[in-house]
Amino acid sequence: MLWMRTWKLGVKSLLLHPLRSGLTMLGILIGVWAVIVLTAISQGASDVVQKQIESLGANTIIVRSIKPPPEKMSGRAALYGLKRSDLELIVANVPTVDSALPIREIRRQFTYGDNQVDGRLVGCTPDYAEINRLRVANGRFLADADDIGADNVCVLAAQVALRLFPYEEPLGKRVYVPESTHYYRVVGVLEHRNASAAIGGSLDSQDYSGDVYIPIRTLRRRIGDTVVIRRSGQFETEIMELNQITLQVTGVDQVRTTAAMVESLIMPRHAALQDVAVVVPLELLEQARNLRMMFLGIGVLIACISLVVGGIGIMNIMLASVTERTREIGIRRALGAKRKDIVQQFLVETIVLSFAGAFLGILLGFLGPPMYHGLLYAVKTASPQKFESLPEAIRQAEPSIVLATIPLAVGIAVAVGLVSGLYPAVRAAKMNPIDALRHE
Amino acid sequence: MSESQVEPYRVSPASVLPRTAEPGNLPAGEGGRVTLADGSVPAVSIRELKKSYVLKSETVHALRGVSFDIPEGDYVAIMGPSGSGKSTLLNMLGCLDKPTSGNFFLGHDDVASMDDDSLAEIRSRRIGFVFQSYNLIQQYTVVENIQVPLYYQGKLGPAEKQRAIDLATSVGLAERLDHRPMQLSGGQQQRVAIARSLMNDPYFILADEATGNLDSVTTEEILNLFDSLNNEGRTIIMVTHEDEVAARAKRIVRLADGLLSSDRTNSEESRAEARIRQHEHVLALAQRKL
Ligand SMILES: Nc1ncnc2c1ncn2[C@@H]1O[C@H](COP(=O)(O)OP(=O)(O)OP(=O)(O)O)[C@@H](O)[C@H]1O
Ligand SMILES: [Mg+2]
Repeated sequence: MLWMRTWKLGVKSLLLHPLRSGLTMLGILIGVWAVIVLTAISQGASDVVQKQIESLGANTIIVRSIKPPPEKMSGRAALYGLKRSDLELIVANVPTVDSALPIREIRRQFTYGDNQVDGRLVGCTPDYAEINRLRVANGRFLADADDIGADNVCVLAAQVALRLFPYEEPLGKRVYVPESTHYYRVVGVLEHRNASAAIGGSLDSQDYSGDVYIPIRTLRRRIGDTVVIRRSGQFETEIMELNQITLQVTGVDQVRTTAAMVESLIMPRHAALQDVAVVVPLELLEQARNLRMMFLGIGVLIACISLVVGGIGIMNIMLASVTERTREIGIRRALGAKRKDIVQQFLVETIVLSFAGAFLGILLGFLGPPMYHGLLYAVKTASPQKFESLPEAIRQAEPSIVLATIPLAVGIAVAVGLVSGLYPAVRAAKMNPIDALRHE
Repeated sequence: MSESQVEPYRVSPASVLPRTAEPGNLPAGEGGRVTLADGSVPAVSIRELKKSYVLKSETVHALRGVSFDIPEGDYVAIMGPSGSGKSTLLNMLGCLDKPTSGNFFLGHDDVASMDDDSLAEIRSRRIGFVFQSYNLIQQYTVVENIQVPLYYQGKLGPAEKQRAIDLATSVGLAERLDHRPMQLSGGQQQRVAIARSLMNDPYFILADEATGNLDSVTTEEILNLFDSLNNEGRTIIMVTHEDEVAARAKRIVRLADGLLSSDRTNSEESRAEARIRQHEHVLALAQRKL
């Protein structure tokens, strides 16, 4: 009852000075708004950059078969490397793995008529093209149906197609693999793709130019796991189920933990030969982390500046307001108000102002993303060149409100409001009632 | 005009009103309590009250040892030259300021030793203030201003509001309940202040130059209001410069240079004369205007 009345009186005396109250509220509003919107934009820009890094393979873990040192191999058949059961184990047990891509690569010769070319016969699944960002120039990439049926179909890298079919249309033709005496019907030709650089030294460079892709099930059925390779005049037998498993992880954040899980699953099974390695794109992760920290730092800085500016505004006006009302405080004290009554009165007013300002700040904050797009659009129509010269992270940023910043911004703004309202109120309440009454 | 020279001040039996305001949980008085000749306890008694202000260069002794008693139902005018300590004394009596030394009793309670909250409590429950500059709260209406003293006692019910309306009516502001101070004349504002000073049913009313800003017509109205309050049994202590105003009081205390210089009673006849004289003056003014 008493509190209700106190609140009502607080609002009433605020409404009596709409300009002053409005300015105080504006300080808080701008502080909260700026924190929410600027962190949202910084988050959006950060997302763009993160995606770019991800597209370089930052969220990829590669599990690879490696040839064990000769002393470990002595007396055994050349049987080593990843097993298909490893793949099943990973898929079944690691939830953060989005997709797992088994790959088997064999060096082979390919012929069509008199033309011949050396290259890699790559057994893979349809996801391979997307994960390695291979683009189809003609026809299509491998499809699920090819794999299920273990069909004898293949997709050629641009270079291979050019060598085997210099004057002909490759689609529908049959490529011959002499070492395994098989024909594969061409269903697609890829665009040329430059060899990828070794990214940050952690992922080896990949040269896709000599590849012929077939369904991994077809490779297993037609060729099997045992492969005879001719190397410098000698024949070597190699028995291996998979050369590599490429794992796509849900997010860059989970790469390290996922890699650790995969290692703990797989490594015990390969402890004897040490014929498997788990490769993490460490430098990319590092880069991603640095960028995220940078954007976070910028966001925090902006937030601090806005809140400090807002806070000073609030403090300023509260001080002026209390000074202006010293006489009123004197009157109230003379009529029986205790010090705490005065402090309480001003606290109530500050709380009302702070929360009203914060609330409006949040509302306007949610209008931030459309406002950002509007601004970009305005720049674009006014001066397209200038727009083009903006960094990609700004042009493509999709501001996304970081929910955690809302309580943060409100908390800090309200705290600043309370402190700067409390200080002059306590000061005024401490005054001798006589001095307060004399105040003009 | 001079106040009539009459017999030295003598305590007259006070007409005691039943109090509705309770002393509450105020600290009990200490020893040295004052009792008047007739055995009653005075509303106010001070002994050797001193107040000095310590400034950077010097110490100003505003009050240098003042003693007197004010029985219930008294009507005292405090006079004296400017700077003699009248306001300082009144502020002390109003518990707005603390004496540097000396004793100060309100009824049974020793006020000189109380802390800030207890003093606020006393102001809230026992004292009504009327200031020279009205001191109304600008954002409040007449009724709300009158209610403020009870607000700090936590009393905000419809009964209190009705009481505020009744008080406003009794000082002739029935038509202006919802006006704000800005919309009222000085005299009207002062009447609001008087109504406000009555809201907490105070032990006594303190008025510092309450008529100082008012013309003689309005001054007469306010003084008549004080008369009727005093006739109801309220103790009134007022500071004034004007002999004509002081002539309406039952008793005149004079200060000079921080000390009591005289303390006299106005006879009932001289008070009645002053009342008539002022009324005629007001009538004459009114006629001149016509
Ligand atoms: N807050 C203060 N600080 C310092 N000196 C003060 C203070 N208040 C009053 N004084 C001094 O105390 C003395 C008495 O002042 P007070 O206001 O009581 O005089 P007064 O009798 O009310 O005068 P007036 O008739 O002009 O109102 C003066 O000399 C004054 O300068
Ligand atoms: Mg004075």
